[in-house]
Amino acid sequence: MKQTMKTKAFIEKFMEILFAVCSFSAVAAVGLIIVYMLGIGSPAIAQIGLFDFLFGTTWAPASSTNPQFGILPMILSSIYGTCGAILIGVPIGLLTAIFLANVASERVSSIMRPVIELLAGIPSVIYGLIGMVVIVPTVAKIFSEQTQFNGGATMLSAILVLSVMVLPTIISVSETALRAVPQDYEQASLALGATKAQTIFKVLVPAARSGITAGVVLGIGRAIGEAMAILLVSGNVVNMPGLFTSVRFLTTGIVSEMGYAEGLHRQALFAIGLVLFIFILGINVALYFFVKKGVGKNNGN
Amino acid sequence: METSTSISRKNARVGDTVLMVLIYGSAFLVVAILLAMIGYIMVKGLPLVNWEFLTTKESVLKGTHGILPNIINTIYIIVLTILFATPLGVGGAIYLCEYAHQGRLTQLIEFTTETLSGIPSVVYGLFGALFFNSMMKLQYSILSGCLTLTIMILPIIVTTTRESIKSVPMDYREGAMAMGAGKWYVIRTIILPSSFSGILTAIILAIGRIVGESAALIFTAGIGTTLMKTTSLSAILGHAKTSGATLTVQLYQYMLKGQNEYAYAIAAVLMVIVLAINLLTRLMIRGMKSKAQ
Repeated sequence: MKQTMKTKAFIEKFMEILFAVCSFSAVAAVGLIIVYMLGIGSPAIAQIGLFDFLFGTTWAPASSTNPQFGILPMILSSIYGTCGAILIGVPIGLLTAIFLANVASERVSSIMRPVIELLAGIPSVIYGLIGMVVIVPTVAKIFSEQTQFNGGATMLSAILVLSVMVLPTIISVSETALRAVPQDYEQASLALGATKAQTIFKVLVPAARSGITAGVVLGIGRAIGEAMAILLVSGNVVNMPGLFTSVRFLTTGIVSEMGYAEGLHRQALFAIGLVLFIFILGINVALYFFVKKGVGKNNGN
Repeated sequence: METSTSISRKNARVGDTVLMVLIYGSAFLVVAILLAMIGYIMVKGLPLVNWEFLTTKESVLKGTHGILPNIINTIYIIVLTILFATPLGVGGAIYLCEYAHQGRLTQLIEFTTETLSGIPSVVYGLFGALFFNSMMKLQYSILSGCLTLTIMILPIIVTTTRESIKSVPMDYREGAMAMGAGKWYVIRTIILPSSFSGILTAIILAIGRIVGESAALIFTAGIGTTLMKTTSLSAILGHAKTSGATLTVQLYQYMLKGQNEYAYAIAAVLMVIVLAINLLTRLMIRGMKSKAQ
């Protein structure tokens, strides 16, 4: 009897430790990723020079006489492209979220919601394919004068692809936030004589602000991290960003050269990954802040 | 007349009408974009999908194209990754729900899990190439790809499983505990069976993510198209050590080579898979909800 009690206690303890180890795997993974990215990326940055790396405007890693590793054009292109995608995606996404949460009937929303989820499930390479065969030629046709040297493979094409890709995130997070607004708010506003549109934009949207912000931040994360969908759409030439110039992003810079890069060049790509990782970490901290603030506010009510 | 309308009817404002039109217009646009995408891929791709395309490998001699190796690689990677990630993720979720006390440690675990779900695929690809391919000397191999994807889908499994464990009523646990059951016994006989459908949903969501993944696989599993040998078990297991392109990676290769027609065909196959997974997830979630009620 005593023996079985002991084995039972042992199994209990053993399983607890096993589960604890499992739960710690996420921490270990993030730790490993940080250590290895830093371990390869930072010596490269040290060798290139932090300033020359981040603010250098020439990317010529394969040059045998004077290799240069300036990634400013890629950083700015990533920021430009993300801002563009958010600028187009947020209004459309937010209005669609309003439609789902406050305008459409339950039946219509329940049909539309899975359709939007599907948009999130489509592989990025398919977005890239459609971007390449539909959006690029369309941009080339409409802006033929501005795109005569790059055939439509421009920042604008990439922004258009990205703005569709950020939609599902923005819509689903904003819709959840809008639905969480207490019904009293809407009823009180309508009872005071406000119109439906006034109620939505002056009462409901401000009340759901923190959730909507979280959706936008998540959308930013999605846009800045996307690679395969925009690689063949953006022209993949290292240029300072402009709406009608071919550009290379931080992500596409890594994908397009990782296959053959060696030595310092390869390390520099890891350093680009590190920069990207720091961007994402910053976004995550911002997200944590917004979500926490939102929760605190709701509890306050 | 004028005064009576202003009391009984709200003033119809031009601005209001414009806003409502914009709301309807946006919703319509989003649905239209999706339908156009699906329609375009299906129309361009489906006619090129035939039995030979699905069941043979590319033959330079005969000049034929086939994606059987890629289909097998995709399934192989899904199975192996799910086998790795599910115990880890479910175990982690159990710890967070049943053992851990709310504090610094759980906050750290939650924060890192969220961080993992935000890391771009490219960065996973870089890390996998560095850690699994180089450090652990796995080279370009399916195994390396699976290990990389395991980290990538971990947050999906943890978060979804956690939600379903949370929904198991507290009474169940207390009842069992009161009868002298240990924690592990409760987990084994009550928590896991009750949250089974939640775990299944997590797995299907993770499969969806794996099917669509490309950037994390190009640098880890590589672009090989060797057909898996099924002569013996060791040949099947040995396939994990070879480089293998999934459907998405192969699609990208065709795009790079400018062979768009085959890219369309793979895209159509992928689209059918994604639609099926989506449908399955919805059925699962609906089943879970009706069970909860």
